[in-house]
Amino acid sequence: MLVQILFWAFAAVLVGSALGVILTRNPVHSALSLVLCFVTSAAIWLLIEAEFLAVVLVLVYVGAVMVLFLFVVMMLDINTEELRSGFTRYAWLGWLTAGVVIAEIVGVVMARSLGVDVTKGAEPLPADYSNTTELGAALFTQYAYPFELAAVLLLVAIVAAIALTMRKRPGHKVQDVAKQVAVRPQDRIRIVKMDPEKGA
Amino acid sequence: MLETFSTAWYSLPSYARSTVWIVIITVSLIICVALLTLWERKVIGWMQLRKGPNRVAIFGLFPGLGQPFADVVKLLMKEIIRPANANRFLFRIAPAIALIPAFMTWAVVPLSPELVVADVNAGLLFVLALTSVSVYGVIVAGWASNSKYAFLGAMRSAAQIVAYEIAMGFALVGVLMAAGSLNLGDIVRAQSGGPLSWYWFWLFPLLVVYFISGVAETNRAPFDVAEGESEIVAGFHVEYSGIGFALFFLAEYANMILISALASVFFLGGWLSPFEGYLPAGNPVTDWLMAPSFFWLGVKIFVFLFFFLWFRATFPRYRYDQIMRLGWKALIPVTLVWIAVEGVMVYFKVGPWAAAG
Repeated sequence: MLVQILFWAFAAVLVGSALGVILTRNPVHSALSLVLCFVTSAAIWLLIEAEFLAVVLVLVYVGAVMVLFLFVVMMLDINTEELRSGFTRYAWLGWLTAGVVIAEIVGVVMARSLGVDVTKGAEPLPADYSNTTELGAALFTQYAYPFELAAVLLLVAIVAAIALTMRKRPGHKVQDVAKQVAVRPQDRIRIVKMDPEKGA
Repeated sequence: MLETFSTAWYSLPSYARSTVWIVIITVSLIICVALLTLWERKVIGWMQLRKGPNRVAIFGLFPGLGQPFADVVKLLMKEIIRPANANRFLFRIAPAIALIPAFMTWAVVPLSPELVVADVNAGLLFVLALTSVSVYGVIVAGWASNSKYAFLGAMRSAAQIVAYEIAMGFALVGVLMAAGSLNLGDIVRAQSGGPLSWYWFWLFPLLVVYFISGVAETNRAPFDVAEGESEIVAGFHVEYSGIGFALFFLAEYANMILISALASVFFLGGWLSPFEGYLPAGNPVTDWLMAPSFFWLGVKIFVFLFFFLWFRATFPRYRYDQIMRLGWKALIPVTLVWIAVEGVMVYFKVGPWAAAG
């Protein structure tokens, strides 16, 4: 009963904040609504006892990805007029995407007709069951190769992103830290020894 | 009397007991923060050969002890100013966003062998997730203030926290490898057996990295470029007055206590006694000294907090590019190397892994 009340409460917040993402005019408000979206989704995942995924969703998406997103959105001067100019031209693409998503949701709901009872929900797991251990065991035994492959792929993406943005601009002033560390006082200061002047 | 109290206590449902503990922990944290601000001013004063606050006494006793409470009253009475064109909702909610994660993380911190509010399995991940959420208070405050100084402070803080979180996460990966559990209570229990089996000994580089990242995450000196009073006035909270400012202050100091508590739990054996197995057993005094209790966790937290204050009194502020350099090019490689070393130690069953078999 309590779980159901919590589910409906979180679901209501989730839908509200998802609407906020697409309906607010200010891009910073949209990004913050998306943060709220992630947090409530994590709460719903907790209700189905997927605590590892829930915590990682908050850790990765809320803690890192959305921070950088906000960082960029706050810095940019976004011209909403210009963004809206292509609205009708690209509307068909939006409708198509929405249609596919709706079809997928209907497919999940219709899975009942295939003999899977999705409304019953999963059996509650025993108290000593650890979601994290199970996931770890699966990732490092059964799915070890796909896991490693994904890791290498991400590494390649990081290297590519850095290679694309690293460039030497002429006239760009930057500190050479190695030089700063290697500074010796005797290169910069000359101590002059002179006799004290005598009165004439 | 005591017996009836204890039976009444255990007859309460578990959520009621948790609620009572939450209230107790929150209230004592707030009082600790108040005393910590006084202790900070006293310590820095002594280091600079001053006396520190010594005027406001409570009932004519302990000169200076009343200072933080007088400050609270002052801040509560002050007018709250909202800058023109500031975002009303976000400006009001930002101090709360900063404060909530700082208090929420205490739910999984084991305070004594018996006492932890929520004994969750993924405690370490929970801690990491919440410390990463705490940056939102700073970003939202900086942006909603509609002030360039506040915004610059928020941007600096966001980049800094994202960078140091990686080093912090890697340092905790080392702890996780050593303990073999994500539960904070199990991590403490895995360290039992005297100070040399605490993780600071085998994971010393990770302890150093963790604590430096912790100082950077709380925006404390020498990493306080987000505030940087000589450059951007007061950074992200420059537009806050009265109670709004007080809440940011509370969040910062609560985070300091939290980082100290977590460093004690992960590397200094939490509530375990430093004399465990070193004193003769059988007499009540040494038995008490060797028994694990909240007292030892308190002592360890206090030591780490003193380091925070010591850093602030002695180190000059880092330049922004130096902070980034330290985070990415010094701390993260150190953790990566030490995780590899740890892997070798686990494989050959050296140190804490010798007994695990």
